[in-house]
Amino acid sequence: MTYNVKVYISWKAGVLDPQGAAVTDSLHKIGYSGVESVSISRMVEVKMEADRDSVERQVTEMCEKLLANPVIEDYSYEIEEVVSS
Amino acid sequence: MKFAVIMFPGSNCDVDMYHAVEEAVGEEVEYVWHNETSLEGFDAVLLPGGFSYGDYLRPGAIAHFSPIMEAVKKAADEGKPVLGVCNGFQVLLESRMLPGAMRRNKNLHFICKTLPLTVENNTTVFTNSYEQGETIQIPVAHGDGNYYCDEKTLAELRENNQIVFTYGLNENGSTADIAGITNKEGNVLGMMPHPERAVEELLGSADGKKLFTSIVKQWREKNAVTS
Repeated sequence: MTYNVKVYISWKAGVLDPQGAAVTDSLHKIGYSGVESVSISRMVEVKMEADRDSVERQVTEMCEKLLANPVIEDYSYEIEEVVSS
Repeated sequence: MKFAVIMFPGSNCDVDMYHAVEEAVGEEVEYVWHNETSLEGFDAVLLPGGFSYGDYLRPGAIAHFSPIMEAVKKAADEGKPVLGVCNGFQVLLESRMLPGAMRRNKNLHFICKTLPLTVENNTTVFTNSYEQGETIQIPVAHGDGNYYCDEKTLAELRENNQIVFTYGLNENGSTADIAGITNKEGNVLGMMPHPERAVEELLGSADGKKLFTSIVKQWREKNAVTS
């Protein structure tokens, strides 16, 4: 099976994101005073071959080992099967 | 005594590190490419600064899967001194050989200047030639040096005396002003400042020299006992 996987990597609650803080300041400066906070996340798109049984386990492993740093980051993912036409 | 300087693609302080060993302590030193798998015959391992794998994903994240890292872990388990400076520190964090993680500097600037550090623990293999509480001048050069660990980890670091250097001037936003920490056993040190760039007065400071002499001093004492 071929899968398109989207992995979302964000900051753990309580970990200050310096880029998010800078963008918050900037948004305030250009008039968006209602902005409370900004957090800059990353999205990683992975296209992969895998069995239906193992795809989720593999994605979780990839996140834990490399794509995210669990010390400071949380991750979530969406797995979508590519249907050949 | 024989030192290894690990070279990753994108390391750029490897030559400085090599030079520092020659200049500061005059011991044997060799480069080891990241694809090697053994560190047999080496007594200490140095992970230099730079931008291994272009800092892609996160600094140190990709380098920690280099074949040589298994040998670095083995050397650490055997109790050999392992020093990671700057990107080398980031590699040690990503490898979980040291606790915590690095974030972008709080001010988002690349900070490149000489900063005062305080020696918080002079009982390690890396700091036994410094005075406890001594202030030393060591250059920093990093964009991602904002050390983070949670409260529990910080308490453990303090309890085990693992915080070795703190910033006298905390410009990058590091938790508890941390500039360098060891593992629990004390034989793996990660630090953002560059002692290898401070081994000659001509370069502005020679305060980094004692870090290298400390390693050699302890090695000589240990080997005098066992031989």
